[in-house]
Amino acid sequence: MVLLKLQNISYQSENKSILKNISLKIDAGDYLSIVGPSGSGKSTFLKLCAHLLSPTEGKIIFKGKDFRQYSPIDLRRKIGYCAQTPCLFGDTVEDNLSFPYLIRKEKVNLTRVQTLCSDFNLDFALLKKDVQSLSGGEKQRIALLRTLLFLPEIFLLDEVTSALDVTNTLLVEKVISSLNQKGTTVLWVTHNLEQSRKYANKLLTIENGEIKAEEVLK
Amino acid sequence: MNPGTTISISSLFIASSLVVVSLLFSYFQKLGLEKETLISVGRAIIQLVIVGYILEYIFGQKSPVFTTFLLAFMTFNAAYNAAKRGKNIRNGLLISFVSIAVGAMITLSVLLLSGAIQYEPFQVIPIGGMIISNAMVALGLCYRQLSSDFKDKRDEVEAKLALGADVLPASLEIIRGAIRTGMLPTIDSAKTLGIVALPGMMTGLILAGVSPVMAIRYQIMVTFMLLSTTAIASFMACYLAYRTFFNQRKQLI
Ligand SMILES: Nc1ncnc2c1ncn2[C@@H]1O[C@H](COP(=O)(O)OP(=O)(O)OP(=O)(O)O)[C@@H](O)[C@H]1O
Ligand SMILES: [Mg+2]
Repeated sequence: MVLLKLQNISYQSENKSILKNISLKIDAGDYLSIVGPSGSGKSTFLKLCAHLLSPTEGKIIFKGKDFRQYSPIDLRRKIGYCAQTPCLFGDTVEDNLSFPYLIRKEKVNLTRVQTLCSDFNLDFALLKKDVQSLSGGEKQRIALLRTLLFLPEIFLLDEVTSALDVTNTLLVEKVISSLNQKGTTVLWVTHNLEQSRKYANKLLTIENGEIKAEEVLK
Repeated sequence: MNPGTTISISSLFIASSLVVVSLLFSYFQKLGLEKETLISVGRAIIQLVIVGYILEYIFGQKSPVFTTFLLAFMTFNAAYNAAKRGKNIRNGLLISFVSIAVGAMITLSVLLLSGAIQYEPFQVIPIGGMIISNAMVALGLCYRQLSSDFKDKRDEVEAKLALGADVLPASLEIIRGAIRTGMLPTIDSAKTLGIVALPGMMTGLILAGVSPVMAIRYQIMVTFMLLSTTAIASFMACYLAYRTFFNQRKQLI
């Protein structure tokens, strides 16, 4: 089943053409790795899929309906997105983890938080810590965790292991691939060629704002 | 008012020698400020004389309609100036006008209902001027802070939007920061009242022969009304203005 379909997408910013005429179909359950040189438009591509930007031309279809037919909020709750530079807000880690519950007017599910913390090798005591005092790798994992408190149908990841050591990178890869096995569709931008082929079933190469190659791996 | 405190024209003339002191300084120290000093003194005299006659005329008008019209005119001018500080804000003029008007109206109503002042031009116009101009400065600060925060904290707002937040929860921290920025100067000046400087209004009343204890009552009222007007106007303006930074699809522009 086609979950996400991009039809002749172009994106321009201040007369600069960043993405040009991209068409792509992503099936439910896909694990798509996206690679390409720096500045080729990978992050912009993910932001379009997260509906944080709208394409200047073309349309994006999610489950047979145009993005524009969904309420932006509903759509973004179905599509998880982790930015290239993790941005934690508020004062403590707790503020970040309670935010997804707060906006849904729900009580924080501590068991869920605890499970995810141990999945990502994060000490539960970290919750009380000031966000300023965290290491880059801790921030990255908390940003991931924050997105997974409510399971999205599609998970968009932008170089989320760039600040992690080998052990923690493996850990994150494992969490993501097990999510994928349970049915979450994954789009993962990475600079790491080994990582791009490890779990993915498709590999997309973007260059200069265009699709350079589309490979089926498995 | 006690007549002994009236300034005669001749004493004003003698006091003008104080300007000469500043001119001499400028001349001998080669500050090059003589011309500017003369122009500024000249302007101050002409402007104040004109305003004096205008106020005398206005205070003579007993019609409440006229007073109300003047208040609306002052509010419009203040809104126009505040909106200039937030050029990127959609409907900036309207938002500023509504915010300042509501702030001033609530404050004036409380003062009128409590019997602290009467709806007479000589009371309502100076008080209106004070609260309206104070609100104007506050809104200018609010707009500047909103604009710079929506630029600097783009990642933070997008992170919240991506988590599925509506535009209000995604902007709440920025909105609160902007309201705070708008209100701080008024709060700070209230804190130092009477310690760092005697406020101009109180000094004026004392010079005119009002006892300091009475003058203080007025100053306390002024402090209250400045605080309430800035609070109301900043709050309204920020909550009305933040949507400007998003498009229809709830994306940051
Ligand atoms: N808001 C913007 N305004 C103007 N140009 C932009 C904007 N965002 C990105 N760009 C430009 O678009 C191009 C693609 O940027 P993008 O961040 O998508 O690249 P990327 O492939 O993710 O690069 P990297 O691997 O370094 O993260 C770059 O040339 C960048 O300068
Ligand atoms: Mg990028």
